[in-house]
Amino acid sequence: MSVHTSRPHDSGTLHVTGAARYTDDILTPANTLHLAFGLSAIAKGRIDKIDLGAVEGAEGVAAVLTARDLPFENDVSPSIHDEPLLSTGAIHYLGQPIFIVVATSHLAARKAARLGEITYKEETPILTIDEAMAADSRFEDGPRIYAKGDIEAALNDAPHRLSGSMEIGGQEHFYLEGHAALALPQDGGEMVVHASTQHPTEIQHKVADALGTPMNAVRVEVRRMGGGFGGKESQGNALCVACAVAAKLTGWPCKMRYDRDDDMIITGKRHDFRIDYDVGFDETGKLVGVDFIQYAKCGWAQDLSLPVADRAMLHSDNAYLLDHARITSHRLKTNTQSNTAFRGFGGPQGVLGIERVMDHVAHHLGLDPLKVRRVNFYPSAARISGNTKPTTPYGMEVTDSILTEMADALETSSDYHARRAAVTEWNAQNPILKKGIALTPVKFGISFTLTHLNQAGALVHVYQDGSIHLNHGGTEMGQGLFTKVAQVAASVFGVSPDTVQITATDTGKVPNTSATAASSGTDLNGMAVKAACETICDRIAAHLGGEVTFANGKVITPTRELTFVEAVKDAYENRISLSATGFYATPDVAWDRIKGQGRPFFYFAYGMAVTEVVIDTLTGENRILRADILHDCGASLNPDLDIGQIEGGYVQGAGWLTTEELVWDSKGALKTHAPATYKIPCASDRPDIFNVSLWDGENPAQTIYRSKAVGEPPLMLGISALMALSDAIASCGYTYPALDAPATAERVLAAVTKIKT
Amino acid sequence: MLTFLLNGEIVQTRVSGTETLLDFLRERMGLTGTKEGCNEGDCGACSVIVTGPEGTAEAMNACILFMPQLQGRAVRTVEGIAGPDGTLHPVQEAMVTHHGSQCGFCTPGFIASMAAAHTNGATDHEDQLAGNLCRCTGYAPIIRAAEAAESAPVPAWMTDDISMLADLPSDFAMPDSSDALAAWYADHPDGTLIGGATDVGLWVTKQLRELEDVAFLSGCTDLKQIEVSEAEIRIGAACTISQVLDAMRTPHPSFAEMLRRYGSVQVRNAATIGGNIANGSPIGDSPPALISLGAALHLRQGDTRRQMPIEDFFIEYGKQDRKPGEFVEAMTIPRQPDTLRCYKLSKRFDQDISAVCGCFNVVVADGKVTSVRIAFGGMAGTPKRATHVEDALTSQSWTQETIDRAVQEFAKDYTPMSDMRASAEYRLKSAEAMLHRLYAESIGTATNVLEVQP
Repeated sequence: MSVHTSRPHDSGTLHVTGAARYTDDILTPANTLHLAFGLSAIAKGRIDKIDLGAVEGAEGVAAVLTARDLPFENDVSPSIHDEPLLSTGAIHYLGQPIFIVVATSHLAARKAARLGEITYKEETPILTIDEAMAADSRFEDGPRIYAKGDIEAALNDAPHRLSGSMEIGGQEHFYLEGHAALALPQDGGEMVVHASTQHPTEIQHKVADALGTPMNAVRVEVRRMGGGFGGKESQGNALCVACAVAAKLTGWPCKMRYDRDDDMIITGKRHDFRIDYDVGFDETGKLVGVDFIQYAKCGWAQDLSLPVADRAMLHSDNAYLLDHARITSHRLKTNTQSNTAFRGFGGPQGVLGIERVMDHVAHHLGLDPLKVRRVNFYPSAARISGNTKPTTPYGMEVTDSILTEMADALETSSDYHARRAAVTEWNAQNPILKKGIALTPVKFGISFTLTHLNQAGALVHVYQDGSIHLNHGGTEMGQGLFTKVAQVAASVFGVSPDTVQITATDTGKVPNTSATAASSGTDLNGMAVKAACETICDRIAAHLGGEVTFANGKVITPTRELTFVEAVKDAYENRISLSATGFYATPDVAWDRIKGQGRPFFYFAYGMAVTEVVIDTLTGENRILRADILHDCGASLNPDLDIGQIEGGYVQGAGWLTTEELVWDSKGALKTHAPATYKIPCASDRPDIFNVSLWDGENPAQTIYRSKAVGEPPLMLGISALMALSDAIASCGYTYPALDAPATAERVLAAVTKIKT
Repeated sequence: MLTFLLNGEIVQTRVSGTETLLDFLRERMGLTGTKEGCNEGDCGACSVIVTGPEGTAEAMNACILFMPQLQGRAVRTVEGIAGPDGTLHPVQEAMVTHHGSQCGFCTPGFIASMAAAHTNGATDHEDQLAGNLCRCTGYAPIIRAAEAAESAPVPAWMTDDISMLADLPSDFAMPDSSDALAAWYADHPDGTLIGGATDVGLWVTKQLRELEDVAFLSGCTDLKQIEVSEAEIRIGAACTISQVLDAMRTPHPSFAEMLRRYGSVQVRNAATIGGNIANGSPIGDSPPALISLGAALHLRQGDTRRQMPIEDFFIEYGKQDRKPGEFVEAMTIPRQPDTLRCYKLSKRFDQDISAVCGCFNVVVADGKVTSVRIAFGGMAGTPKRATHVEDALTSQSWTQETIDRAVQEFAKDYTPMSDMRASAEYRLKSAEAMLHRLYAESIGTATNVLEVQP
């Protein structure tokens, strides 16, 4: 079987030779026009006067469009129609698109876009969580509250009680390929759109609305993205709609790509959070109750903020069984970029909240934080007795925990206890530099919490020469989805994955796709492809007769053995259909997000990491020395690609919590809008020693070949880096460091200074 | 007319003076393998290999390379790194085998940097690749691939012979000597001098400025020399940071280590030391070190030359002691026993602009401070000496008590500002911390997180 084996990325050779085409690399027809947005210069207010004469007169400008020029819907929201493509007068954030320049080149469009003369009636913007709470500026009527047990009584009766608060910064996606789109007008008002998007169907939907056509008049194609990470789930709508509308109005192909600074100024990011906590616990660190208040800075439009904030609530337990818990979530509306999906989708912030609690409780009791984490783990399946199953704060049973077993294994493989002792010893000898170490787990729920999204389709053709062509609804953004799905198809047909060709994701081939998001790509599309392949196998088998096996390039019946190619040729000549669709809907999920009750997830993926760091107590400079990771991919479809997701996820998570800092000024201008000022990790920031292993097991849930999703969960392994920094800081004094994120050198020094005094 | 080698083929073309190599490749040549990631030289997705008259293959950022800078040089893009028959270069092969690409968008730039390093036999992979950002892999498989390719021979097709391009005419102002530059600048006192374009490039790609008269300095070989005599080290203004880094390794290793963190390989290969000084940035990294070393700046206007202590060049933010048509010709560092320590503080260690850069040149003899020069970047509107701190140290005993007293003087020397890199308070505290670090180092206490082994 070609599954459960490592294979390189299907585009590997194209990547390294520069032959892989991204949206901006697609050959364009002559006379293609290029777009750029003119952006607002204030964060809140109304447009007073707008004079675009200089823009229209600029070299190379073919057209300038404002909201009044849009023929149909002026909306690019993925949720509640609150996101005009172009401002109709109100300004909601600094960087909001006001007009579109259509010009003969990218550079001409960018130059002209700066020539708009716009005056505003400025209002005081709401920029922070505090300002939004004070103004009661929010989405939904009030906070969402999920609860389990009797939190008030549990806290009142607890032997020990602590409270605290943590600030958690947002995160820029920094996909290396910025947003890009190309719209090609077709016969009869139809439109073909090439886009760098995780959600072709949503693009199709928004473009159709903007053009006043049904969805069948729009076809969207995505071969690959240069990274997505959630940032291309909804944020590409604006470019695609702008290109399609401009293409319709001018009759020419239209293309747009954001310059990096524009990309960072216009598009949403990971939600910044504040999490307040009030926790009760016993002398072993076992929690008796925890009360979280989560404040999510959502930005100006709703976008995907409700499900993001929901998922933060759903992960506020992380790996820990809580008998009494309450999570209150405020979704705050601010005059900043509209925050959006980002790998983990709120989960990381929720997980970070309770990991901070574990760290704080351990510090208070003078215990190794790992001990405290262990006593709170969800029990393993073997230790669940009777009919009462452990449940999450939202009432879902947790019956697949392998946390204790994984911690046992990782403690040993990472030599955790000896290294913790060595760190203590080292710190005693070093007055200025201090080391810290931490082990943190992750339990991540797999499925879209909006249940109907848990579906996928596939289209498989077997050609008469035995070559296989497949399409599915997922998009390739580097995660290796196409490679894994090709392995699935090859396994079903019993052939080499080299004979399987996957072409661009195309709404004309597989309709009604869900975003490639929520780590679901392989789970959903792999199953849909398997179903389609099995349909074709069944037809061939019925034609050949008897019990038929597809393996090792052969098709074996009770009476004969054919090569796959021979069997296909035979079937074709006997007029057997060799094309099929496949469909999959995740079973067993049901969720009421208002009540906060149900089973939002099909299963959980687990992982844990030990990180060791060193800090300089004079300047706060710090770095990761070593990371040891054990992660659960079930029965991995492609171990090397899964390890790649884990290594990359860890570094991205550690970056979020250390060097990646978003800074806005008092006017609401994002000051960190380019890689010169926004610092994602570079090569030397990865741990010097970086050991990654896969947990040897299979998914108890019936997933594609018993594998588990791997896209998002490893990001939260990076939390161990922040907790290791907290550990290092704690060695400098007696009070709790209460380290906020991102732990830049400046924040580390502030925490060191605070606990020394 | 501009003539250069592109993937082994001669290209002759007409370009504007500020057309970037990246736009030329992608929009005019259809070579879309080279990517635009940031358009400011910070992500490396556009990295290409440039070979100049010195014959060294150097990775550079195509997004901020102006076409005239390539006159008489060879450019190799990702499309030209595989062999003519499609054979993969060893770094390409290794990147596939070791899963070094995920989304693949940064990959062509990595391949260019890796192939340049491979050609040069460089195995300090983290430094070689500090200018290439990857958001997918966490770098581990990329470094594995670079290691795996180390011992493979350099493919024959990677050699670019540019001898046939020597002395070809160009449409652009490309003076070939300091004299020629002085003459051109006297005629165009409002013109713009372009050394490596790592700063001026952004005027064009980000500020979208039009530049009228430009002169390219890459032909001024006499400005690219480093001369070491008994008395001084003379560094020509057009020397790249890479050249200066090499020259500082022995006499002032802490300066070299700081320059290792200055930009990236791509930036250091293009950026010039003269540009780093002449642009007057308060956060340029070389001025504090040069000030601490007591370096002199040599200016030239026409045939008139003058020199000054380098700190006197910086008058206030955005204003330098430079007349129209006057340019930086060289700097001289007096030979001295090495006591220089440079501390660069930034959010990320590699390839990040300093929040604070502190350089200390403190000579201690018989337990007393006999000489002290301290200068900082990022603490004021210009690179600036810490004269009050210097006074508090001069002739004092080299003890913790002296340090404790001296650090209090920083507040008299500097009133730093808050910005996205650091708060004013942190800047001041970290300046103090750096003096503490200097003392701690001098008594043998470990202070450098970069030197800690796991």
